[in-house]
Parts: sequence; C-alpha cells; structure tokens
Amino acid sequence: MLRFMFVRILQALPVILVVITATFFLVRSAPGGPFDQEKVVIPEVKKALEAQYRLDLPLHEQYFAYLGDLAQGDLGPSFKYPGRSVNEILFAGLPVTAELGLYALIIALCIGVTAGVFASLRPNTAQDYVPMSLAMIGICMPSFLLGPLLVLVFGIWLDWLPITGWGDIPGDKILPAVTLGSAYAAYIARLSRAGMLEILSQDYIRTARAKGLPEWRVVTQHALRGGLIPVIAFLGPALAGLLAGSFVVETIFQIPGLGRFYVQAAFNRDYTMILGTTVFLSSLIVFFNLVSDIIAAWLNPRLRHHFQHGGS
Amino acid sequence: MKHPLSGAARTLRQAIVWRQINTARILSYVFSALSCTLLLSLSACGGGESNVVTGNRDGVLHYGNGTEPQGLDPHVVTGVPENHIIRALFEGLAVKNPITLEPEPGVAERWEFSDEGRVITFYLNSEAKWSNGEQVTASDYVWSWNRALHPMTGNEYSYMLFPVVNAEAYLKGEVTDFNDVGVKALDDTTLKVTLNAATPYFVQLMDHYSTFAVHPETLMQFGEMTDRYTPWTRVGNIVSNGAFTLTEWSLNRRIIVEKNEHYWDRDKVSLNSVIFYPMENVVSEERMFRVEQLHYTQVVPLDKIPLYRDMPDTPYVQAPYLGTYYYLINTQRPPVDDVRVRKALAMSVDREKLVRTVLQETAVPAYSITPPDTLGYYPPKLFDYDPAQARALLAEAGYPNGEGWPGLEILYNTNEGHRKIAVAIQQMWKSELGIDITITNQEWKVYLDSVTQIDFQVARRGWIGDYVDANNFLDLFITDGGNNNTHYSDPVYDDLILYKAPKAATREERYALFTEAETMLMEDMPIIPIYTYTSKHLIHPSVEGLHSNLMDSLNLKYVKLVPGRTLPETLR
Repeated sequence: MLRFMFVRILQALPVILVVITATFFLVRSAPGGPFDQEKVVIPEVKKALEAQYRLDLPLHEQYFAYLGDLAQGDLGPSFKYPGRSVNEILFAGLPVTAELGLYALIIALCIGVTAGVFASLRPNTAQDYVPMSLAMIGICMPSFLLGPLLVLVFGIWLDWLPITGWGDIPGDKILPAVTLGSAYAAYIARLSRAGMLEILSQDYIRTARAKGLPEWRVVTQHALRGGLIPVIAFLGPALAGLLAGSFVVETIFQIPGLGRFYVQAAFNRDYTMILGTTVFLSSLIVFFNLVSDIIAAWLNPRLRHHFQHGGS
Repeated sequence: MKHPLSGAARTLRQAIVWRQINTARILSYVFSALSCTLLLSLSACGGGESNVVTGNRDGVLHYGNGTEPQGLDPHVVTGVPENHIIRALFEGLAVKNPITLEPEPGVAERWEFSDEGRVITFYLNSEAKWSNGEQVTASDYVWSWNRALHPMTGNEYSYMLFPVVNAEAYLKGEVTDFNDVGVKALDDTTLKVTLNAATPYFVQLMDHYSTFAVHPETLMQFGEMTDRYTPWTRVGNIVSNGAFTLTEWSLNRRIIVEKNEHYWDRDKVSLNSVIFYPMENVVSEERMFRVEQLHYTQVVPLDKIPLYRDMPDTPYVQAPYLGTYYYLINTQRPPVDDVRVRKALAMSVDREKLVRTVLQETAVPAYSITPPDTLGYYPPKLFDYDPAQARALLAEAGYPNGEGWPGLEILYNTNEGHRKIAVAIQQMWKSELGIDITITNQEWKVYLDSVTQIDFQVARRGWIGDYVDANNFLDLFITDGGNNNTHYSDPVYDDLILYKAPKAATREERYALFTEAETMLMEDMPIIPIYTYTSKHLIHPSVEGLHSNLMDSLNLKYVKLVPGRTLPETLR
C-alpha cells in the first residue's frame, strides 16, 4: 500500500511540473502585460517596473528563477497587489474558501444521500421521480441563478437571512453554503440512488430481508455501506471542485475567498498570481484524486489484493 | 514483501467486513457530528439592526467602494477605489472644495505665486501632524517627491509632477541629482516649488495622491525608498496625515479607518469611522443598499435606474462626471483616412437617441472631447446630428449611398455596455449611410495592446480627467502623445497646447486658446465624441455633506450622519 502511494506521488510530480510549464509559457504568450493600463504608462516607468519584477530577463531565465523560488515555497510577489505576496493572498483566502466548501459539502451530503436513498427505495414511483427531478433541476440550475433567487426569497422578501458577507452577521454563511452545496447535492443524490439500486438487488440483501430484518436496518446496516461507494469516489474531485469553483458564489455573496483572485489574475495578467493559483489548485486536485484512489483501493478487495501480491 | 502497516489496515478492514465496526453507524456518527458543526457555525439566523441604524448611532459610514484596492501606497497604486481610501488616510498640500472644486488649504495653510506664476511657495500648517504625532515638514515633501519621481519607484502617475523643473528629466534618468529638481524645503514649514512655466492647475494637483507626502522614517523602516512591495502600508505600520487612520484591512472583505486624533482639523471631522467594502458585484451592492447594509453605493445597475428615478424622495443621485466616451479613429487606415468619411460617421450618430434608449438617460451627448463646464470652460459645438450632410460628405469621399464601401470594423473591450453602444452605432451608420460595419470585441489586455499599437480602424475609448482642466483632455492629442492612439498630428495644435496656452495671462485668454485648439481637433475629427459620463450613486437619506461634483470627489471630512431617517417606503 505504501509503495502504491509512493508511486502515485512520484507520478503526480511530473504532472504538476507540466502544469507549471504550460501555464508559465501560455500566460506569457497572451497579448498585453501586467503593467498595461488604459492611461498609457511612460516607457521609463514601465522599464523600472519590469526590472523590479525580473520581467527584463530572458524568458527561460525567468522560468528557472521561478522554479527556484517555487522549490523554496515562494510564489513571488503579486503584480496587481503591490506589497502583497501570492503566498499571503492565497493563505488569506484559503480558510474562507475551505470553510465555505466544507459547509457546502456537508449540506450536499445530508441532502444528497437522504434524497438518493429515499428515491432508491421505491424506484419508478413518485417517491423516486420527485427527488430525482429536483436533483436534475439542481444540476442544471447554475449558481449565478440560484444564488440571487435565494437572496430574493430569503433575504429580501422574507427578510430571514443576511444577503452578503462572511462571518459579519449571524447567519450570513447559510445562503452561500446552500447555493454552492445544492449542485453537488444533486449529483450525490443521483450517485447514491444508482449505487443503492445496484446493491438492493443483490442476493445478500434478499437474504437479510429473508431473515426478517426490518427494512430500515436492511438499508442502514447492509445496503448503505456498498451503496455509497460511488459517492466516496466522487468526493475527491468534488472537494477540489468546491475549492476551485466557488468563484461565482464568492462574487454573489461578497465572500473574501480564493475564487475571485483565481479568475481575476488572468484578466489582470498577474503572472505570479496566475501561476500561484494554478499550481496550488492543481496540486490540490492531484492530492484529492490520490486520496480517493487510495480509499477506493482500500475498499476494493480485488485492487488491494493486487497491491499485496505481485502488484507493482 | 509485506509492510507492517498493511497488516493493520487489513485488520481494520476485516473488522468492518465482520461488522465488529458498523459502517452505517460510523457514517451516521460522522453525519451528525458534521451537521452539528454546520449548525453551530452557521448559528442562529435573525434580523438584528442594520448597518445603517447602528452606523448612524455610532458615527460609522458604510461605504461601497468598487473593488479591493491594489494597495494603499500613494506613489505605487492607481485607481478610483484606491483614491477614496488614500484620500481618507492622507491629505495633500491643498484639497479641493467638494462643491466648487477650487483648491483650499490642506497641509499648506496658504500659498503664494511669484515670478509670473512660475514659482509657488507653500506655507505648511505647523499643526499638520502625522498620525504618530510628528509634524509634517517641508522636507517630508521633498523626500516624498523624490520617491514619486525616482525612476526605480515606477510610479505610473509620476507625470503629475512634470510641470516641476527637471522632474521629467529626473524620471527619465537625464538628471540624477534630485537637488536639480525644482522643489526645495526652505525651512520646516516652507516649500518652494519652481515650475517650467506657469501652470494654473498645479495647486489642484496637490490633491492627487501621487503628490502626497509619506512618512520617510516609516518607509525606511521596511525597506528602501523606492521599494514598491514593502509592508509599510499595513495596519500597525502605516503612518499617515489625513482625517482618518487605518485600523483594519481584511483582504476582499473590508477596510476600516477611524478618526485621526492628531489631524489638525479634527474638530471638523464628524464621522468616527468609515468602513469601505469592496463591492465588485453591482447587483449585490444595490441589494445591500436596499436592506440598509450600505450608506452609499459606488454605482447603480443600469436596469434599476428608471425605477429609482421615478421614486419619490429617491436616494438615486446622478451628476455630470469629468469623463468622455469616444471612438478613436486610425487616421492612416482607409476608408477613415479621409476626413470627410470621419465627419460623415460623426454626424450620423444620433447621440440624443443613444442616450435616451441604450443609456437610460445616464449620460450627456458629447460633440467634443472636453466635458462641458470644466472649471468654467465650455467646448465649442461644431457639428450636430445631420444625416443629410453626412450622406453628402460620404458621396464626396467616393461612397455615394455606401456604394463601393470597403467595410469598417469597430473594436471594443469585452463588456456588455460597450457592445450595446457599438451595436446601436453600427445600426445608425447602416441605416443613415448605407454602409456595412462589423463589430469586434477583445479581452481587456488584448484590446489595450491593439489600441497602443494603433492596430484598429475604429476603437472605443474613454478618458476620465485626472484634474479639472481642459488641458488634461486636449493634450491627449499632441503629436505622438502616449494616449493619442490615432496618428493625429498637427504642429499648430501642438504649439497651442504646449506653448501658447501655458503662457496665457488670464483664464479667458487661456480658454480662448483651448477653444481654438479644440476647434482644430474637431475639424480634423481623429475621434468621434459620443457622450459625457455621469456619476451615479445611491445615497442613504441619513448621509449629509456628500456633494456631487464633476470629479466625483468626496471629502469624508465633511460627511455627517443624521440618525432617524429611513429609505422611501417603496424600497422596503
């Protein structure tokens, strides 16, 4: 198992290096630079700025200098926010984005698993169609629509909840978390329904029922364990997606997270910030995929066997 | 090859398989633990008092401020949200009267002109203090202007100080000794500034943050004079001299400033604190205003404006703004290299209709580059909406009824507002002149690159004045000016702007020269003026002393909050 993990980590490193290299050269090939403004910048000033940020060096030297800094964990200074390093901005936004992602995930799991299991118990009846149609709507409804809708209903008409902010007013975390979580809840509902349907048709469930176990025990103790495997496999990419993809929700609700920087860095040609966020998020995605692979391997007896005997 | 740990994992797994550990139960524990965390941290919901109510009671202004500022170093950043915060924290030698925009005393209690306006002597108020209690001295200004002009600093607004003798040469490295630049501290409170020529608007520039003084010892504590990215502007480090001091800076969340007890004019400051919110989403900003979480919004969503305008006691405030929206023309690329074609295009834009329909009356039709009433200057109006004459001009240029028209492309930066205007103009040109127009959008930085390279036929452009003077608009079009972007070049025009106008003895004479220059410009039509901008805000009725003016420049020092006033019924 350890060897399997070690190999996977070794495989992940070149992936990240390719991401860095591709990003580095792609952003440089885009027209316009970080210091281009609507009011034209005096050439002498621009030269001074480029010198301060090493942009006057040949591109390959800049690349190796960047890799050198990166190896020491330094993502460089931000171009757009003078006086702040990319590290600092990332670490200021990460806890907020992570907290938002965590709440959204909890909401998604609570709603998604409940709805999915509920639907799987009476397939092709109203009990199945209603939650699954809702899930379909949830998947299709983009957060830039759902967010303002929730704000309109719960924030303005009913005046129950605050509509923006993060941790300023009690309750202001509810709407963003629900908005972000609902799309994932819909996916999880469909996955858990599918997983449960497969498990519920298995022989050992029939055996359990034949033993005379009450239905709720059959479901919670026997079926759920296997039925949720697809959901667990989905959690790795979902976690990465929640961290990288909360930009829209963060903008709607004025949340000081990472998402905004991730998107705006590209518009601003904030080279170090683009690289920093890309490296950071790609590492997260690689990491979460690794974790979910490991969990899947651990849960799947065939794979586990493969690693222990004669596996490489 | 068995690792001891794999044995442990197997034991755990077998325990699960044999139901010594019940997975479902674990899952339910995990779920309930997570749900409890969620409930606790989301905590009880409920109304409570709004920001406006508590703010009015405690003297705290809740201010929607566009975007997160790039930074707060006056010699490093550029931009409007930065300007609002920096001008709360710092004060220039002179400030602008919020109603007339004429300069009035700031750090300098008075100033004198001598040598026909070429020399300005600023007498600093000895009561002007830094927030650490030290006096603001004339030598602080010399040090700060050295920093603002130093080639290594990379100050994008360094040109604000170019009227000063040798300032430009110092920035370009032609003069290396700052003693040769025309700024001297005669003693602690006397600052003598020598200009290249009389510059009537120079005192006004003292209210621009690029000319502000910074506290030398504080900067040196964190790095070199010319360093751009030291943490000297952070809470706890920064020393400033304005009406407020910085007490909180949460990235992308809010910036809080509080009344500065060392400020010389502190008795006039009514607010205890201002909270600046970076509100990038204009729709969210309007919503926050409606539920009384903000006193002031930076903008108003266009589709909400008619609603607000029709409201009795509306909180909507619209005022002319020192900015012009226009189309640049590449005067070297056919078919617009022909002045008759350029005029035909300019005359067939129905600006009144454009403003009424697309812009919802939030702009003023423009027929020249300088906005009207720029400190008493009114630009000449040399043409009007005249499709008949436009058709005649086009025929004269060889395209009667649009026959033989080679096509024309309008370039704009990706933005829904610019697109709507381009589509409307495309339609007007099509129907009035019978010519085909294509419209193209480019992402912001790509568009900037095209404009700088003058790689377009017609391109959308906006210019917002840095100071209230026609010079700021007219000197765009001097030969090879960095913001000319049209290949327009006329030595007579250059002479008027660069040499004759600065030497004019009176305001009237100077404005007459500007009129002459502007007439030349509109005769040649390297640009098509479209509209003059307006500023648009929602202001809560409890806010007093926030005056509308051409620069949309507010001085928070004069702002007062009156408790007990509420938004109109229709909004609640």
